[in-house]
Amino acid sequence: MSHAPQLLAALAAPIAGALLVWACARWPRLQELASLAAAIALFGLVVSLAAAVMAGDAPRVALFDIVPGLPVAFALEPLGALFALIASFLWIVTTVYSIGYVRANREGHQTRYYACFAAALASAIGVAFAGNMFTLFLFYEALTLSTYPLVTHSGTEEARRAGRTYLGFLLSTSILLQLFAILWTWVEVGTLDFRAGGILAGAVSERTAAVLLVLYMFGIGKAALMPLHAWLPAAMVAPTPVSALLHAVAVVKAGVFTVLKVLVYIFGLDFVASMAGSEWLIAVASATIVIASLIALRQDDLKRRLAYSTVSQLAYVVLGGALATGFGVVGGAMHIATHAFGKITLFFCAGAIYTAAHKRLVSELDGIGYRMPVTMGAFTVGALGLIGLPPFAALWSKWYLVGGADEGSLVPVIAVLLGSSLLNALYFVPILARAFFPAGGLPVAAGREEAPWPILAATLVAALGTAALFFYPQALLELVQPLAGSP
Amino acid sequence: MIASHLPVLQVALPLIAAPVCVLLRRGRWAWAFTTIVCWGMLAIAALLLDQAMGAGPISYRLGGWAPPIGIEYRLDGVNAFVLLILAGTAALMMPYARQSVEQEIRPERQHLFYCVFLLALTGLLGIAATGDAFNIYVFLEISSLASYVLIALGRRRRALTASYQYLIIGTIGASLILIGIGFLYAKTGTLNIADLAERVPALGETPAILAAFAFITVGVLIKLALFPFHLWLPNAYAYAPSFVSAFFAATATKVGAYMLLRFVFTVFGAPFAFGTLPLKEVLLSLSLIAVLAGSLAALFQTDLKRLLAFSSVGQIGYLGVGIGLASVTGVTGALVHVFNHALMKGGLFLAAGAIAYRLGATDLSALHGLGRRMPFTMAAVVIGGLGLVGVPITSGFVSKWYLVQGAFEEGLWPVALFVLVGSLIALAYVGRVIEAAYFRAAPEGGEPVREAPWAMQLSIWAMIAGSVYFGLHTDLTVGIAERAAAVLLGAP
Repeated sequence: MSHAPQLLAALAAPIAGALLVWACARWPRLQELASLAAAIALFGLVVSLAAAVMAGDAPRVALFDIVPGLPVAFALEPLGALFALIASFLWIVTTVYSIGYVRANREGHQTRYYACFAAALASAIGVAFAGNMFTLFLFYEALTLSTYPLVTHSGTEEARRAGRTYLGFLLSTSILLQLFAILWTWVEVGTLDFRAGGILAGAVSERTAAVLLVLYMFGIGKAALMPLHAWLPAAMVAPTPVSALLHAVAVVKAGVFTVLKVLVYIFGLDFVASMAGSEWLIAVASATIVIASLIALRQDDLKRRLAYSTVSQLAYVVLGGALATGFGVVGGAMHIATHAFGKITLFFCAGAIYTAAHKRLVSELDGIGYRMPVTMGAFTVGALGLIGLPPFAALWSKWYLVGGADEGSLVPVIAVLLGSSLLNALYFVPILARAFFPAGGLPVAAGREEAPWPILAATLVAALGTAALFFYPQALLELVQPLAGSP
Repeated sequence: MIASHLPVLQVALPLIAAPVCVLLRRGRWAWAFTTIVCWGMLAIAALLLDQAMGAGPISYRLGGWAPPIGIEYRLDGVNAFVLLILAGTAALMMPYARQSVEQEIRPERQHLFYCVFLLALTGLLGIAATGDAFNIYVFLEISSLASYVLIALGRRRRALTASYQYLIIGTIGASLILIGIGFLYAKTGTLNIADLAERVPALGETPAILAAFAFITVGVLIKLALFPFHLWLPNAYAYAPSFVSAFFAATATKVGAYMLLRFVFTVFGAPFAFGTLPLKEVLLSLSLIAVLAGSLAALFQTDLKRLLAFSSVGQIGYLGVGIGLASVTGVTGALVHVFNHALMKGGLFLAAGAIAYRLGATDLSALHGLGRRMPFTMAAVVIGGLGLVGVPITSGFVSKWYLVQGAFEEGLWPVALFVLVGSLIALAYVGRVIEAAYFRAAPEGGEPVREAPWAMQLSIWAMIAGSVYFGLHTDLTVGIAERAAAVLLGAP
């Protein structure tokens, strides 16, 4: 059965949402409704497509050739289905959150906000569905451009500067390194399709492949591999829902998703494993995990601390791919999902705190757990989840990653993974300690003051998701398992 | 009957129409007449391209004289394609001309303006159509003289110095070409390009041929405005009347690129130019410097028209890269870029002119908040600008794709890298325009600004829509360009 119409409809849904938002410029309430409707429609379509993928189908559609032999094409496979599922589900949650956040904080430019949000989602879905590296690149760039107005949303000088950093890093790496690598691949191999087992294996010399690997890995700037990570903390000037969905889920996950895609379907895992010049990637990913965590320890701005934590956690996924073992890739893919739920919960909480208490610094959070018990409860869930403690989801992905390192008997990598969990604990637990056990004793008469209900509801859903993925990881595993089995 | 005379009609029609404009006496009548002529020429060009692609090269004997003695017009895939670009640009820009010219040119001069415009067009079309080397020089002078006049008509007094500067440099260029053609004639006894193509390679590496090659190449590079011969271009484009900037940006340098292709590949032949002589190294290095220097200079401009003009210097560099690669892929890229850049840069200059029409200025600071006040014009600027960057889906991407692919095929990956760096810089300067128009608030208490008139919009959007259409449907442009490149490189 052909699923082409659903595939195209899924791409069209957020675009239609963006247009509706634009058309309803005079009716802010309708804009909220349009965003929500688009999000729900998208999720429904993605679920039906993911079901088809799990049933063994491979929905695909080719639109038109951009140069002869190179079409803009979409093809869904397990990894893409996973990414699309997470992004589209969390878009619904984030839209609810946005409604509360935008109203409560009286953010201006609502039309631009919701329209760009929908456009960013359309781009993310395009990345997830891309059938060849070129199509992926198209949507990768669209994602950068559509999120730029969201990063600079406030319009202050600081936001504009951050926006320049954001565009500068993402565009220059993608054009100079990634596009260069794509063109090189095209000239060498004559195709850019994602194929099981890779297209480079056997087609190019070892040396060329080693250079291409460097170009691809640093060219995918959205994966925030050090030293090309500085755009992510800069992007934190954006309104919190943007940081939550885009800079903890859609944009950065598009980055690591692309990394996995390239490693699995362009290089092929066996090729990566056999390549002499691929250990550096494991080293760089490990170094990113540790260094970013260390930097996170020193951040007082809550969102920046979360951002550095994201940089570190993204490197887990890259590491999973770089290990080039079945366990590693499955772990990496699962970490895309588990980190998404955990980190979005934390960002939602940070936004809730900002909305209700107008606090942005960790050092201001003394006793906040008593003013905002629900929010901080959710924060605890997210933090424990990311540390990798049961009963929360990230345990599973870390489990598989350690398994992957063990398969390759890479003891230092196991040490990094375990050490990093410790570091995670070191930068999250002090926040919890401050919130619930303030230094100056318990506040005497702390009135409850939670954020508006849409914010609270969205936060709770995200937190519940973190727990749910721990108890029901089977669906997730089933979806990504095919990645491990190399043909 | 008429069909067999199409090649000469293509050139003669505007030549005859030019004095008619003088007789019409009224600006608006002259405009209407010119519009009809331009669309007629577009029809002719389309028919000619169809013939040239279908039945092979068309040979037309002027006055019935056989080629070596008489002048031959010879149309193959290459120049028929260039003719279509020229006539198409003129036709698409005519709706724009009326209001723009009425505002910028004094009423008693308007009909003369159209007369000179048609003469310039005659010259450009003639260069492309003729198969005679000396005839190329004659038409070059016609177009150059006409363009000096057109540029000098700009509203600001600096237009006069810009025109004078162009006159001096342009005349030097044309003289060099003439000297080179003289050498060729002295050694071969013919001016017919097809004959030259047979006799010149046989003569080999004699001093006269080397001198001819040097004179012609440098002369053409001046006309093409390739770095370091670009100095005339920014001022000429920035201070000319809006319509003139747009028309020349879309056509004049493209004809330069055509001349380079024709002389280097057809007359001297690729083995001589790229094998015996180091044209490849020279052309590629100059072109890459042009890409970087032109784009960087564009980055630091504070005026939209000057920014676009320096961007042209950079984009001409891309043409040079494609020609310098001297491979079918590279030349295809160059030819496609000739077409695509004509659409993009023409559309952008038209849009800049529309802004000048409403605001009286094109400073980037005057553009603040214009995204809301002139939404359609600014949207056109954004799309055209993205084309200059080479964003996929726009036609600029297609040409760059071929250029980069050509570079890789030749094993010249640094060239590919430079092309991408150029794109990045282009992104930065386009970004500045977008930031000014969309992310800066309009000045308080400014007078309300209306969107540009619909007739001007029509021309702008015809060009810009074309640049997107040909980014999606590449069969037509790439197909023609690939065959033309094969013809030039002598492949079957």
